[in-house]
Amino acid sequence: MMYERFKTKATGAQAEVHRFPTRAAALDFLAGFLNQEQSADAQNATALVAASMGLADAERERLAACPGVHFDVTRERAAQAMIGISQMDWALADTGTLVHDATAAEERLVSTLPAIHIALVPSSGLYPDLPSLLAQIDPRRSRYLAFITGPSRTADIERVLTIGVHGPKRLIALFVDDLKARA
Amino acid sequence: MDNSFKNSIQTALHNANLTGALGKFSEAYKVNRARAYEGIDFEALRGRISERKAFAAAHLDEMAARFAANAEATGAKVFRAKSPDDVKTYILDVARRHGVKTVVKSKSMASEEIHLNAALEAAGMTVSETDLGEWIIQLAGQRPSHMVMPAIHMTKEEVSDLFSKAVDERLSSDIPRLVQVARDTLRPRFLEADLGITGGNIAVAETGSFVLVTNEGNARLVSSLPKVHIALIGVEKLVERFEDVGPILQALPKSATAQALTSYVSIITGPVPNTDGSTKELHIVLMDNRRSEMAADPQFKQALQCIRCASCLNVCPIFRLVGGHVFGKVYTGGIGTILTAWFHALKSSEDIQGLCIQCGACKEVCPGKIDIPELIMELRRRLVQEEGLPFIQKAIFAVVNNRRLFHSMMRTASLADRPFVKGRFIRHLPLFLADLTDGRSLPAIAPVPFRDRFTRIVQPKGKEKAAFFAGCLIDFAYPEMGEALVRILNKAGIEVVFPDAQTCCGAPARYSGAYEVAAQNAIDNIKALSLDGVTYVISACPTCTAALAKEFESTFESLGQTEWIQQARALAAKTVDFSTLVERLVAAGRLTFEEGRALGTVTYHDSCHLKRTLRADQPPRSLLRRAGYEVKEMAECDTCCGMGGSYSLKLPEISAPMLQRKLGNIRATGAETVAMDCPGCVMQIRGGFDQADRPVRVSHTLELLDEALNPGSL
Repeated sequence: MMYERFKTKATGAQAEVHRFPTRAAALDFLAGFLNQEQSADAQNATALVAASMGLADAERERLAACPGVHFDVTRERAAQAMIGISQMDWALADTGTLVHDATAAEERLVSTLPAIHIALVPSSGLYPDLPSLLAQIDPRRSRYLAFITGPSRTADIERVLTIGVHGPKRLIALFVDDLKARA
Repeated sequence: MDNSFKNSIQTALHNANLTGALGKFSEAYKVNRARAYEGIDFEALRGRISERKAFAAAHLDEMAARFAANAEATGAKVFRAKSPDDVKTYILDVARRHGVKTVVKSKSMASEEIHLNAALEAAGMTVSETDLGEWIIQLAGQRPSHMVMPAIHMTKEEVSDLFSKAVDERLSSDIPRLVQVARDTLRPRFLEADLGITGGNIAVAETGSFVLVTNEGNARLVSSLPKVHIALIGVEKLVERFEDVGPILQALPKSATAQALTSYVSIITGPVPNTDGSTKELHIVLMDNRRSEMAADPQFKQALQCIRCASCLNVCPIFRLVGGHVFGKVYTGGIGTILTAWFHALKSSEDIQGLCIQCGACKEVCPGKIDIPELIMELRRRLVQEEGLPFIQKAIFAVVNNRRLFHSMMRTASLADRPFVKGRFIRHLPLFLADLTDGRSLPAIAPVPFRDRFTRIVQPKGKEKAAFFAGCLIDFAYPEMGEALVRILNKAGIEVVFPDAQTCCGAPARYSGAYEVAAQNAIDNIKALSLDGVTYVISACPTCTAALAKEFESTFESLGQTEWIQQARALAAKTVDFSTLVERLVAAGRLTFEEGRALGTVTYHDSCHLKRTLRADQPPRSLLRRAGYEVKEMAECDTCCGMGGSYSLKLPEISAPMLQRKLGNIRATGAETVAMDCPGCVMQIRGGFDQADRPVRVSHTLELLDEALNPGSL
């Protein structure tokens, strides 16, 4: 119910939303996506995976086998990368919003600089709305709380909606039912 | 009004790009805003926001001190700046210490307010605005024309010219391509900048947090990539508790751009790690710049409840015609007029406060629940208090308040202009008065005013009495409306009395800021209308009704006069507008319409005071339906027709296009008749159709009801 509402709202904000029962299924999708994007891009573009993903060794190897995938997130790499992959903490159903504690610099780098941001979300992190989540959060422990609703957008020229100004042009949310919340 | 101001209005009105873009936006905004708030109790939401913001404003110093202590506990440096100079000195000092050469900024009205960029550039720094709209404005060397959409006045062609120069390449005006150019050009600047400057949409005292709301993602980059971050935040952004963030974040994007939430919201509490592992140096500048003085002002303290959504601009029927640049300063529109008077000087609002037609549309949508029209009236009152009334206005009020003299002068004037009178209208006026009849005829003045025609009316004795307050238009221009009202009330067993000592309702004086004159009008009318044995005081003019029912008391309060307040309240309790009373009489079975009649189609125009002050938009519609009319709603039925009392005389160039839009919306319904409850709107709209090709019948609701109830009486 809440997921359906999220999906409607997020899709309305031009995000792409998928749901998987298991981590393995989500990783299958991810690997397929990476392979496809790489072959579609002649310049051999890179994908950056944030440490927040908390991948098991086997999972990491699986992704590492895809072309152009890196796990060391630096400013320089992020500025060049086409795809950023990270794990979110929460989501808000009534606005279709993803939320993460972005205090670590790499969290912000992979979710802001690349043209495509792929965000894994534990299905259990879904809240109905903003006030219900804010009531659970102590901002002094999460210094940089970032809310993301759809890709970067502007309507500053003649009020025409245009996607992808300074942030990602595509936001792909992968809800995973057995994904555990980040520590 | 200043000539250069009048010229800037003319320029704006003739800028088709501007009026086209704003017109389109304002139409879409109304629909989209309503959709964004679907399922949300807006009144409850804004009740919470205004309460929390009012609390913070009442404890501004304490909020700032708590914010500073809590933010400093996280490792941020907080500077509380009193004046714009204090802000600039502090920021320049931080920049100097770090040897800053390049600065990236995300959108901040506070920085625009103090012209921070000029100060940074004068100190040798290169500053890049990164919000697309702000960057366009920066390249053009202009001021923002709108708080949320700074470049809404520019076309894609103009933007393409600016960008072409900036990147030294001839660009097309394809919007996605222009946006890509901005991305490619600004990306390296984000990565290279030594200092990032942001504003702050909310600041939380209990945690030392601040909130950044953007769509483009530029604030995330500005607050992440440079090693030093300065957030410049006006103290009005302070709230007490972290939970207060919720309602503001719920309302801000919906009211600003009709979005459920913007693409990005960041809540920052203290310095975060830089990308090289060092800790960011975070400075938060809390700027006062006269906000504390506002907080101490009993009237203007509510202006600090503003969350800077700009919805007051988006729904303003004047703003959509003239845009933001005529306001002359950084803040524009309704709230901008008020902020300009405070952040600059009262005098600097002298011309721009006159742009407000007092339609009340902004007050309905303000998420901070600010009574913007009332505050603009208060500016007017203070301006008049400081500078006095112009001689001509004083002379006009002296005449207006003497009813028979006023009538005979108007009548003489209309007779003197005889060649220009055709039937019931004055079509053209000579010389400098020509503007008044440009696109609208004025009603001819009745030879005998209602007050003298009334004495000849024979009425049956009724079981109740109502005192009729005519107002100038029914008295002098439309006495037949007064006669119809008497017939209708007689039919319900009510006898009408007309207290001859009644005078002007005081609205013209009040809306000119002449509160002393308005107060004298109020006293004279209270004396005239406080009659024993009278159950109702009725008026068929919503502006007069609003004056009697609401404004007498508030005028006395503004002036600190307590002597007549009790009587003003007693009068207000008896005062009722025509349609509301008749609806009650119908409900009580004292008036009945013949069943099953088909009188044709009518569309209804909501007069500003009837809908937004008296909240009586439904009674006329239900009465018209009962009488046998089919009511076809028009687009923007409650948008002001541009009359606004003397507004149409002072700013005919704005009033005229408002009227044309209204005529178009009326015509588009295909209805044979347009009804309304205000003789002022009748004057404006009837006058408009008199000069139009395909006229539509324009009637006061009471005329249509009179026809249905008393056939053959006309």
